[in-house]
Amino acid sequence: MTETSQRSRPLRVLAAMSGGVDSAVAAARAAEAGHDVTGVHLALSANPQSFRTGARGCCTIEDSRDARRAADVIGIPFYVWDLAERFREDVVEDFVAEYEAGRTPNPCLRCNEKIKFAALLDKALALGFDAVCTGHYAQVILREDGTRELHRASDMAKDQSYVLGVLDEKQLAHAMFPLGDTVTTKEEIRAEAERRGLAVAKKPDSHDICFIADGDTQGFLARRLGRAEGDIVDESGTKVGTHEGAYGFTIGQRKGLRIGTPAPDGKPRYVLDISPVDNTVTVGPAASLDVSALTAIKPRWCGTAPSGPGTYTAQLRAHGGETEVTAELVDGTLEVSFAAPVRGVAPGQAIVLYDGTRVVGSATIATTVRATTDVKVG
Amino acid sequence: MAYLDHAATTPMLPEAAEALTAQLGITGNASSLHAAGRRARRTVEEARETLAEALAARPSEVVLTSGGTEADNLAVKGLYWSRRDADPARTRVLASPVEHHAVLDAVHWLGEHEGATVEYLPVDAHGRVHPEALREAIARNPDDVALATVMWANNEIGTIMPVRELADVAAEFDVPLHADAVQAFGQVPVDFGASGLAAMTVSGHKIGGPYGIGALLLGREYSPVPVLHGGGQERHVRSGTLDVPAVASFAVAGRLAAEQREWFAREIGALRDELIAAVRTAVPDAILGGDPSPGGRLPANAHFMFPGCEGDSLLLLLDAQGIECSTGSACTAGVAQPSHVLLTTGTDPDLARGTLRFSLGHTSTEADVEALAKAIGPAVERARNAGLS
Repeated sequence: MTETSQRSRPLRVLAAMSGGVDSAVAAARAAEAGHDVTGVHLALSANPQSFRTGARGCCTIEDSRDARRAADVIGIPFYVWDLAERFREDVVEDFVAEYEAGRTPNPCLRCNEKIKFAALLDKALALGFDAVCTGHYAQVILREDGTRELHRASDMAKDQSYVLGVLDEKQLAHAMFPLGDTVTTKEEIRAEAERRGLAVAKKPDSHDICFIADGDTQGFLARRLGRAEGDIVDESGTKVGTHEGAYGFTIGQRKGLRIGTPAPDGKPRYVLDISPVDNTVTVGPAASLDVSALTAIKPRWCGTAPSGPGTYTAQLRAHGGETEVTAELVDGTLEVSFAAPVRGVAPGQAIVLYDGTRVVGSATIATTVRATTDVKVG
Repeated sequence: MAYLDHAATTPMLPEAAEALTAQLGITGNASSLHAAGRRARRTVEEARETLAEALAARPSEVVLTSGGTEADNLAVKGLYWSRRDADPARTRVLASPVEHHAVLDAVHWLGEHEGATVEYLPVDAHGRVHPEALREAIARNPDDVALATVMWANNEIGTIMPVRELADVAAEFDVPLHADAVQAFGQVPVDFGASGLAAMTVSGHKIGGPYGIGALLLGREYSPVPVLHGGGQERHVRSGTLDVPAVASFAVAGRLAAEQREWFAREIGALRDELIAAVRTAVPDAILGGDPSPGGRLPANAHFMFPGCEGDSLLLLLDAQGIECSTGSACTAGVAQPSHVLLTTGTDPDLARGTLRFSLGHTSTEADVEALAKAIGPAVERARNAGLS
């Protein structure tokens, strides 16, 4: 059990239940630990589909029913809260605008920041709850001085602290992640759900982006932003192909470029830069993806902001590895340089700084500095 | 626990439960010719007679259904089809806009799929259809009206409709009028024979009978086109083997609902008045929905709007203290929508989000009202802090 669920005083806990197995087991563990738990399913789509297509999504009526069924088995009250309008404004529109600007957003992170641990948490606190519980894999640790720290999950393979890196200390003070100290496989979580009589035990994992039910992000963006044909150029500016919308690309992307003519050296080419202004996508060899430094904006800290330069490990995308960095906050912008060049750094993604397993803070990547050319892009 | 949601369903009467369980061990299809079938048929027909008496109808006017929703669908769709079959010009359906979804969605469906022109009758601020409004609507072209449907009493705000006057108007033009009396039965005099209605819906579990059983009271001259085709068990307008235990139990509950109606209106009505006073004392700016005059609303209904609150928040807070009530509005995908009843009566949409319906019943006590009186003030205060999301 995590620290929060070990405390002797029972808390009034609002468990966000997506209809999936993780959040159901999390709610069950919180209830078993003696807390007074109420389940809530967030209706995030104004026009929910009745049924899942395949394994995706968390926005269908079927998911809502799965969550309710789990709550009934756990024996806790259950409600559906309509946060569709907030979700549309803060997550979906942000997602579209970011792609339109040539960046690569992370909507899950935005949802945690603006919906689960803002809109939902605020309402929960106002209604007298002490904490919001989710099925995320991360740990909240209470220090002797009363401050809270966010740490990676015990099981690094499952760790989701990256998408929670946006939470500040006040949000953490009311967050409960009962799965965070679990060193276990998904199969064992499913076995636990089975043991607890939760029918979601066998439910397929959700993945990708919940509000794009068919998983076709390109199609979704094309519907929202329209087709806009433009050029794909190489590093010298020579046209090597065309695209149907610069917004459909991500820095470091290799697949789906559909470039007719191969590179002179025959090596694969990757997206190096996306320029929404002239609707141009620049491609080049893998080596050109190497980034030596970046700047990031809108920093958020778990605790007090560090002063002066510091050495950290950083994670640059969900499921990404760790990399050594030096970072310093200069006039509100985080300036980061890498100990060794890294590849595939996409503006719009978050950089999350760690001290060991502890999350120090996060910021949104704004610009990158190429190792080879030392040219700032983004 | 304070159960204040009897309009959703009310505890089964012990007599009804006894009648139900007494029948469960007995075999017999009421359509069979042998002794077991005859026994079952006798039980069903005695029940039909009891229900007819309770509703001042003839036994042949009682068409047993699986509940209120089916009876509403049979009345609305069936009468529309049969009237249109008799004269293709009859495609206009007149409905009150405050109907239960079982009527409202059936009417809407006729408009979408069966070529009906649906016209919603105007209502006053209490959600009441006035006879003049019905007269005006029919008189515009009496020949093209298939049917009219106006509920006897509203399930959310409790407003009682002037059913007899409405039926008189409809009768002048030979237009069949249907009334959903699911909420009215047992609370106000529901006298089918004298009402002048063509059809009327009642339901078992709202009067202390079992779930899954109801009836359409249907004038003998009407033959609605069936919704369910099959063995033709019920006057050839409704098919399906009858649920003998449920029918027997429903009849017991129906008899008691009629016998105890005056007691109910007096005693439960007084308790409801106490509840309204208590809520107003605790929350002075709470707004009573529906008709404020006791004679104009169901005796067991109290409906409030709490400015600045989300009804869902109030529900959660009261539920956590063992007080069970309803926001009174329908859910779409589990998400509470502002009530169509309130919106159509001109209520501000934000105000319409902060509603609670308290409905009493035969097991309600002073203690229930006291528990609510104690809890409602702090709950409203807290829900206001949470605001409208």
